[in-house]
Amino acid sequence: MLSESHGLDFIGDVAVAGARAVRAPFSINWSDVPRLVERAGADSLPIVLVINFLVGLVTAFQAAVQLKQFGANIFVADLVGLSLTRELAPLMTAIIVAGRSGAAFSAELGTMRVSEEIDALRTLGLDPYGFLVFPRVVTLVLVLPLLTILADVIGIAGGLLVAMLGLDITSNAYLIETQKALGLWDVFSGCLKTVFFGLGIALIACQRGLAARGGAEGVGRATTSAVVTSLFAIVVVDAIFTVLFNAFGR
Amino acid sequence: MIEVERLTLGYGDTVVLENLDFTVPRGDVFAILGGSGSGKSTLLRALIGLEEPLRGTIRIAGAPPPREGPPCYGVLFQSGALFGSMTLAENVTLPLAKWTNLDRTAMDTIVRSKLRLVGLEGFENHLPAEISGGMKKRAGIARALALDPPLLFLDEPSAGLDPVTSAELDDLIATLNASLGMTTIVVTHELRSIFAIARHCIMLDGRTHGIIARGEPAALRDGSADPQVRAFFNPRSRAA
Repeated sequence: MLSESHGLDFIGDVAVAGARAVRAPFSINWSDVPRLVERAGADSLPIVLVINFLVGLVTAFQAAVQLKQFGANIFVADLVGLSLTRELAPLMTAIIVAGRSGAAFSAELGTMRVSEEIDALRTLGLDPYGFLVFPRVVTLVLVLPLLTILADVIGIAGGLLVAMLGLDITSNAYLIETQKALGLWDVFSGCLKTVFFGLGIALIACQRGLAARGGAEGVGRATTSAVVTSLFAIVVVDAIFTVLFNAFGR
Repeated sequence: MIEVERLTLGYGDTVVLENLDFTVPRGDVFAILGGSGSGKSTLLRALIGLEEPLRGTIRIAGAPPPREGPPCYGVLFQSGALFGSMTLAENVTLPLAKWTNLDRTAMDTIVRSKLRLVGLEGFENHLPAEISGGMKKRAGIARALALDPPLLFLDEPSAGLDPVTSAELDDLIATLNASLGMTTIVVTHELRSIFAIARHCIMLDGRTHGIIARGEPAALRDGSADPQVRAFFNPRSRAA
């Protein structure tokens, strides 16, 4: 059976389609990308901002309780800034996108599979990878770093609120301390990870969707599997990057 | 138009159809018949290049079914398989945009003419979710005809339709075949459709994995000695 469903077949087919896309960029369905960026990016912005604001706020609360004992209140800014930009904001944003857009991609492609739309694409001479998979991969690779930068900013704002209300630190002092603590690498390393998170989420979601079988129940199974596998992959990729960055002294 | 020789289809070690031999002449309306599970859809998928044969060959106009490049046939899937996020016009435009260098105006003209041909003029901007099952099938046919292929495959075109809509669709298929002269392959088990549109047919059997009858539908109905073929064409006599 000519299938793009199973793991190794899928990876091989994606690689072949990638090479074809490099040779002929217009074979990719670029016209779908703005719509997907809006759905995966703009539409998920409110939830990403709220969650990361609360993460910054909670992190600052927890840090404040400990740091207060040593009279080191100002270092709340360092802790919030570093933990958010390097780990928490990329992770939380990727988790939200996996649950939202990863699930949507998988359900959409799964429904297309069981309603014969993928077969229809093939019989029209259109490649499902160029038409469906690549636009989704490009979308998440673009959208996740952008969302993460906004998540960094709003998370630091959450920490600032706690510092101002609970620790009597002025906004100026907090922001100056954050600026001193954070380097460009801290923000960049967080964003770099999210490129790979986006790649992983999109590929896993598309693979699970294209492998869906057996009607609505199959689509449900594919969607659940896409989200669970994506979450696992995000944590594994994050761990790999953390080890690599440490190994290279960053 | 189509030549099938010693074709064996299956999945892994499971053989679904074995050693099929048949030819479909150019311009014919050819029906693939059989009960549920007899392998009709598997055979259709092989003919349109979606299944790899275990053994044997399929040749369409002298060449294997194309895996890449512009399709040499149109296909109507059982559900219509229209793309839900696109309007009917966009669905029909898709193959034109991919495989022709026509400008937007020329493509719009072709799209309107194809939708008019299947009786959907005025529905260009409707989404598939906004039209009935019969209209989806018609739109699927319009999309299949977009590139003016010489060959049309129809998978259970009457499935899920009421008798009136089903009869209208049969009339449309017969009219298209007569006016455009395209070879048409229909997978179906609807007796009314078979007698309305098919000139020749083969009947598949899931137990023997092969063809148990071939010829003109009326001749099979009236003259076949095979009890399965007789039961298929005369279901009331079996019930009695």
